[in-house]
Amino acid sequence: MQHRVLCNRRMMAMANESLIQMKGVRDGLLVTVGDGDWPTVQTALLAYISEKSGFFKGARLTLEVGNRILRAAEMGYLRDVLSDQGVVLWAVLSSSPVTEQTAQTLGLATRMNTPRPERVVRAVENALEGENAVLVQRTIRSGFRVVSKGHVVVVGDVNPGGEVSAGGCVVVWGRARGTLIAGADGNEQAIVCALELMPTQLRIADMVVTLPQRKGKLQPEMVRLQNGRVILEAWNFKEK
Amino acid sequence: MAATVVTVSSGKGGVGKTTTTANLAVALALGGQKVVCIDGDIGLRNLDVVLGLENRIVYDLVDVVEGRCRLRQAMIRDKRLPDLFLIPAAQTRDKSAVSPSDMVRLCDELRGEVDWILIDSPAGIERGFRNALAPADVVLVVTNPEVSAVRDADRVIGLVEAEEKGPARLILNRLNPAMVKRGDMLTADDVLELLAVELIGIVPEDENVIVSTNRGQPVAFDPKAKAGMAFQNIARRLKGEQVAFLDLEEKDGFLHRLSRWMRPGGN
Repeated sequence: MQHRVLCNRRMMAMANESLIQMKGVRDGLLVTVGDGDWPTVQTALLAYISEKSGFFKGARLTLEVGNRILRAAEMGYLRDVLSDQGVVLWAVLSSSPVTEQTAQTLGLATRMNTPRPERVVRAVENALEGENAVLVQRTIRSGFRVVSKGHVVVVGDVNPGGEVSAGGCVVVWGRARGTLIAGADGNEQAIVCALELMPTQLRIADMVVTLPQRKGKLQPEMVRLQNGRVILEAWNFKEK
Repeated sequence: MAATVVTVSSGKGGVGKTTTTANLAVALALGGQKVVCIDGDIGLRNLDVVLGLENRIVYDLVDVVEGRCRLRQAMIRDKRLPDLFLIPAAQTRDKSAVSPSDMVRLCDELRGEVDWILIDSPAGIERGFRNALAPADVVLVVTNPEVSAVRDADRVIGLVEAEEKGPARLILNRLNPAMVKRGDMLTADDVLELLAVELIGIVPEDENVIVSTNRGQPVAFDPKAKAGMAFQNIARRLKGEQVAFLDLEEKDGFLHRLSRWMRPGGN
């Protein structure tokens, strides 16, 4: 009894060898099946796959059937069985137009070298919208002024007697000691920032802003209006 | 012998422009340089008084500009220093009598004859200042350690930069070390923090200056006066020498004497 089983197995293996050929391809595994009636071939195929189940598990399988005509039911059944084993039948190649048609109806591919969908690397949109500002890279001395309808950034000090008047925000990367006017056209959203905010006069929109006394060395600060109240904040590097 | 034209300005009046011009001229001449001073303060002339030359004025700057005399005729030679000359301002006219280009032409005529041309600018930032600034190679800004003087100096330094005659160099005049120590007066650092220019000299408050003005004998003639020494040092720095700043600490002040007396072991 055992002998016969062994024999049968060996015979089956030999039969399998000619019937089933496999090779690895870019898109997974290509299995070419030989001639013969479909039930026999299918059995051989399934045996082959279960024999090499570790290899096939999770693989994409392209089945090449030559000029064989495979019916929808047969193809569908095969796909399901393979799916149960964790093998994805995704393409059936055949020189028979009938088989091709059937495969397409089932949603299977019929060509192997489908170009890999190009990985279009879309540049992540990093550009943030901003607003135009006037940049002045010098100290504004007494009697000199910078006027703009937009924002103004000064890299340098604004000395007493110097003036910055902006329709928008005022940023002083330095000591702001002169007259600072932000939101000159009435914009109450305008803010004023400085490394050392100690202006002779500070206005935001129509409001003359009086800053409270601060002790010791001044830290970078920002001042703005909120509901008619003056908010003065030290620039907290840890937040934001 | 191509002269350097040095304009002494300040913005604020009364900070020591004329005193500085006179004393720098004397210091340079004492060092063997040939110097011409020009008083730019037409209508309110003072440089002649400070130099003690007011009773020798025959012709003035406006006479030269308007062609009533030759340049040489208006140059008053100092009796103490044969290489020191003054071209005085007119007292009966005003600053509109002279234009910036007049000043440039005048200085060009003088450039070949002397080593230094010092121009005493009037106070302000109008015509007189612009006249004095026009021919300048070097601009000295004089200020006091006092907020309104510094404010004006800042304005002038900005104008000098805008006229592309910069950067100006600063003379801090009438510094009172005792007041600085008490915290009642701006320090040199306070002033420089705002003005952000190179310091060419610190001249201490010195009673001798007023006395010397009254006598018409600039304090730079006096080797013992601290202000005189300071002006001498500025003259040397103008010539390009590296000179250490004077120690203006009050060595004989009350506190100093007290501390010595109280040191353990006596004097």
